[in-house]
Amino acid sequence: MNTIGWPNFRSLNQEGIVFAIAVVLFVAAAIGLPGFIDPNNLVAIVRSVSVLGILALGMAVVIIGRGIDLSAVAIMAMSVAWYLQLLNSGTPDGLAFAYVLAGVLAIGLLNGFLVAYADVPAIFVTLATGSFVFGYVRSQLITQDAVPVPQGHWVELLGGLRFLDIPIEVFVFAGLAFLLFLFLRYTKWGRYIYFAGDNPVAARNIGIPVRPMLVLRYVLSAFVALIAGLLTAASLHSINTRVVNSTLLYDIVLVAVIGGIGLSGGRGGVRNVLVGAALIGILLNAMTIIDIPLLYQNLIKAAILLGAIIVDGIINPRDEQTAQQGDI
Amino acid sequence: MKLIKTLMAAATALAVTAFVAPSFAADDPGPAAYAQSLKGKRVMLVPLAMGFDLAQGWAHYLKTEVEAWGGVFETRDPNWVVDAGAQAITDAISSDTRPDVLIIHAPDLNSYSKLMKKAQAAGTYVLLVDNPANFPADAFVGSDWDRLGQLEAEAAIKGCGENSSKKIGLVQGDQANSSSLYQYAGIMKVLDKHPDFKVVAKPDSNWDATTSRNVTTTMLQQNPDICSIIDFWDGDATGASAAIRDAKLEGKVFLVTTGGGEKTADCDKLQDGTYGAVVMTELARQSGDMNAIIKFLLQSGQPAGTSHTYIYTLEKATTKADLKPDSCWDLKALQAEAAAK
Repeated sequence: MNTIGWPNFRSLNQEGIVFAIAVVLFVAAAIGLPGFIDPNNLVAIVRSVSVLGILALGMAVVIIGRGIDLSAVAIMAMSVAWYLQLLNSGTPDGLAFAYVLAGVLAIGLLNGFLVAYADVPAIFVTLATGSFVFGYVRSQLITQDAVPVPQGHWVELLGGLRFLDIPIEVFVFAGLAFLLFLFLRYTKWGRYIYFAGDNPVAARNIGIPVRPMLVLRYVLSAFVALIAGLLTAASLHSINTRVVNSTLLYDIVLVAVIGGIGLSGGRGGVRNVLVGAALIGILLNAMTIIDIPLLYQNLIKAAILLGAIIVDGIINPRDEQTAQQGDI
Repeated sequence: MKLIKTLMAAATALAVTAFVAPSFAADDPGPAAYAQSLKGKRVMLVPLAMGFDLAQGWAHYLKTEVEAWGGVFETRDPNWVVDAGAQAITDAISSDTRPDVLIIHAPDLNSYSKLMKKAQAAGTYVLLVDNPANFPADAFVGSDWDRLGQLEAEAAIKGCGENSSKKIGLVQGDQANSSSLYQYAGIMKVLDKHPDFKVVAKPDSNWDATTSRNVTTTMLQQNPDICSIIDFWDGDATGASAAIRDAKLEGKVFLVTTGGGEKTADCDKLQDGTYGAVVMTELARQSGDMNAIIKFLLQSGQPAGTSHTYIYTLEKATTKADLKPDSCWDLKALQAEAAAK
């Protein structure tokens, strides 16, 4: 019940809290840190979280449907590493890309099939396929952790692409976010994802094709990961598969969850990802400008996440429904 | 007469001896002793990961040499996971085929100390390579990271020049790895002697290229007049170079880094101007040092853990001007050679 007048603090959810923190941080940094408000720095902030945000979009779709995709980073790094390795060993571009597309599709289908039809919990399936993808590609298909982009290849040119001095990944992030927004909000299958995530059994009973849609989400997430990988390689002129061992995967989940996409499924949307990405981007940029060592950066990041979760727990106590079905 | 006969006999004997003299060479006790103490000995390399240039280069040179003297060479691939490395070492010590020499690339100062002690107690010589650790190994072979940092700082100062902004940015690795900590100490030693040069920022990359790019972008945003950046490893300096490229500061920011001297990772990038200077490890020489100390220890008869030798690899900063055809080693060529066998 919202009435005109004082804002209803009871209706403040995690997204609102995180958005408020992000705004406060932004204002504080703009006042306190020289050069923060510079347009180029603002572009750099958005760019620094673009790949993270793109991956979080893929993750969001899966989480809203009450799943999780822990293979995203492995797919991102290994698909592109394999692609570049094929190119470096002289495979024609079209053929190499076709192989990689087929590989990514296969892993997405495998994830989806095992979750949807074999009823294995998503967390185990994707953890296993992620390790499999990394292990197989690393040991069988590529010779080194880091694979360079061949000189003059379109991936390299993609990295140099700018519109109005803004790097291409910002536009890709924005474009994907918009497409996903349209999909989730205005298409039938998009709306179904919420039903399936909120209550899979009921969704199935009313005739929603819950299982094929589940498969679709994992395939979607795998392709989003491929795009993120291509953009990473475009910017760095190489891809390093070591990223699979990094905290990137947790950062992706962090962006989605901190923005307010509940792990219990059925809630959230593109806006939550944007808010989560904005907070992380502003935070990291400000801490880098202040020159805070990495150890403390991780501590501060973790403390803010913990703070947001605690405040959310106080303002929005767990209701009967979440208590019954539980989180992931 | 008798005397003459005797003399002649002696002369004949001498002549005969002289004639068969080459057989003395076959009696050189060296090779036999060498073969006896080395044959069948096991050498194991546990690097941080097998997937990067340094480890692959070491493995190549060590394998060639160890197999040539009839030993067994093995590697383990912890793939950057400290626990997996600890597991590999534990398994190696307790297995029936316990290695006689264990070469360890330590992830930080302390993680493997206990295990290395255990290995020595079991009779395995422990060699530390590249990264020092808080442990008296039988030998340390690798860079003097402090000196390496000094060389980087000197290259950066030279790259900046006298009439520059004299602003230097650092992209450190992390705050746990000895190579990062000592490198930083070395850089600061040189900069203390040049008080007009200032470090304007010193973020960590956590050895990740994307992070390196992001922090360098911010650094250049805040200080567009930086004249040199020192990135602590060529594995992530691709990120710093991407940031310089994106900021259109190519040629204005002198990027200094360090690496294993692999051709595509270092020399090609010096050639195309991506890096201004790279302090390169001469990998073949470093591997040669390891081979020598392995051969020495196995023949010495001394118990494991009794010697503590430091063998620092000679380092120098290489720039485009002093690039030579043999400045770098070529991983692709080594792999092709291995595949051809």
